[in-house]
Amino acid sequence: MTKGLQSIGFEKSPYLVSSASVAGKKEGEGPLGKMFDMVEEEDLFGENTWEEAESTMQKEACLLAMGKAHVQAGDVRYLFGGDLLRQGVATSMGVEELGIPMFGLFGACSTSGEALALASMSVAAGYGEYMLAVTSSHFGSAEKEFRFPLGYANQRPLSAQWTVTGSGAFLVGTRRSHVRITGVTIGKIVDYGLKDSQNMGACMAPAACDTIIRNLNDFERTADDYDRIVTGDLGYVGQSILFDLMRGKGYDIKKNHMDCGMTIFDQRLQDTHAGGSGCGCAATTLSAYILPKLIRGEWMRVLFVPTGALMSTVSYNEGSSVPGIAHGIVLEHC
Amino acid sequence: MDYINAFWIGGLICALVQILLDRTKLMPGRVMVLLVCSGAVLGALHIYQPFQDFAGAGASVPLTGFGNLLWKGVKEAVDKEGFIGIFMGGFKASAVGISAALIFSYLASLVFEPKMKR
Amino acid sequence: MDKQKQQQAYENYVKKKTPVHNLPVNMAKAFVAGGIICTVGQFILNCCEKLGFDKDISGGWTSMLLIVCSVLLTGFNIYPRIAKWGGAGTLVPITGFANSVAAPAIEYKKEGQVMGIGCKIFTIAGPVILYGIFTSWVLGFGYWVLKISGIMA
Repeated sequence: MTKGLQSIGFEKSPYLVSSASVAGKKEGEGPLGKMFDMVEEEDLFGENTWEEAESTMQKEACLLAMGKAHVQAGDVRYLFGGDLLRQGVATSMGVEELGIPMFGLFGACSTSGEALALASMSVAAGYGEYMLAVTSSHFGSAEKEFRFPLGYANQRPLSAQWTVTGSGAFLVGTRRSHVRITGVTIGKIVDYGLKDSQNMGACMAPAACDTIIRNLNDFERTADDYDRIVTGDLGYVGQSILFDLMRGKGYDIKKNHMDCGMTIFDQRLQDTHAGGSGCGCAATTLSAYILPKLIRGEWMRVLFVPTGALMSTVSYNEGSSVPGIAHGIVLEHC
Repeated sequence: MDYINAFWIGGLICALVQILLDRTKLMPGRVMVLLVCSGAVLGALHIYQPFQDFAGAGASVPLTGFGNLLWKGVKEAVDKEGFIGIFMGGFKASAVGISAALIFSYLASLVFEPKMKR
Repeated sequence: MDKQKQQQAYENYVKKKTPVHNLPVNMAKAFVAGGIICTVGQFILNCCEKLGFDKDISGGWTSMLLIVCSVLLTGFNIYPRIAKWGGAGTLVPITGFANSVAAPAIEYKKEGQVMGIGCKIFTIAGPVILYGIFTSWVLGFGYWVLKISGIMA
């Protein structure tokens, strides 16, 4: 049932039945390297283009997630998926083979939250026994689309983030497991007018702040009611700004905040500046790192808040600012 | 001696441009445009050529030198052919640079594959 | 008006919070990288002059050979690594221009000869050519006007 202004508290909470993470070489060399279900040394994943590689990652992640739950593609009612590329081609090409009716989404790097929210809402509403939520990003395809061709020799600023090559797929359903999605907070677009596409963390932090506070108010909770509040990819710069924004509104989340972009890479050793980013960042970290802790009961309640920067190369060139959006997913051990 | 001049003058131009890269929001593409246009303007003002005569490759290798080259080409063409020379000189002078970049880049595309950054 | 003020305030705040590269260190690295590339150019120039080529032809050979080097280094994924260290030292010399043409050519070939390489090879370097030619045209036009009006010989 609806809670507050933007949230839903599920009466019959859907279960996060299984998940899978597929990652690239650099991610495999990072702190979470051994936790991913599949790490591919070759960033083309045996395909011809970066886009096809990204599609393959999505397909593999979906197959792995379903396989873990011994579920066939035919058992999955709907698939909710998206990526960063124009017209969401990585998703379309990736999940085509599965033959599952699908909703193509765009939430930039918040897509994992958007997909999980919609999948949970569909299960909770009784529209199906199993739903798949999947998202991905690939360094090669993202750089080519948003920044420069890979061979271009440029120096990245310290606020720049490294797009994660990875895909996370989540099977949400009515079958019992150790993690439930008990609520969602759907975010609004928040724009503080920043026009710096090389400082995504700063562009998205206001949206994260807005959604986290909205979630706490809608569910009448305090920050301490969550073992962790996890943002997707604010990075080092964005995290610092988030703390300030939250403090300015009377909330302190320093103790239990975590950011996937800061966790997935070792900043010093891997030279990733402000941290990881991309849809795959939050998705793979959730699957490989956060969910196992929830399953074990090490964490009992987590607020997962992936953030997205809603821009295109055209909007950016035309002088528009970079607004942010963030969706909150409440995950609980059971 | 000319090696030393080329080194420190070329290096100095690069060091100054580094300020633009690090302290302004200018992207590399805009910086390159700025350099070429500045070179052309300084050339027209009779400043760049004497500078280049002294600095050698330290002034001709940076993109400002490319801009100066464009100006020189247009000037010579105007001197020789009048009005129509304004349209002839630019590409004529930059022919080697642009052709070489295009041709070798295309050949490279036949041989090389894009590789992930590390 | 209020919203604009808010946005300006946020922008100023973000600027303070965002770390920046150590400028003097980066300038020194750019100095060295750019200096080396220009020295290599000087070496080629000197060789050409020894071989008796005139100034313009020597300049042509220098550009051409530096471009070849840059394209090869781009293909082998070495030039981007030098740029990470050298910054402007690799952007400013003509080798930076060559890299900005070679990189798209290599990357976009997957989209085909015409629509990929053909359309996108000048994605980064296009402005250099457009505004370079246009600026020289404007200056040339001014020069022509000054000439015919007798102000300049």
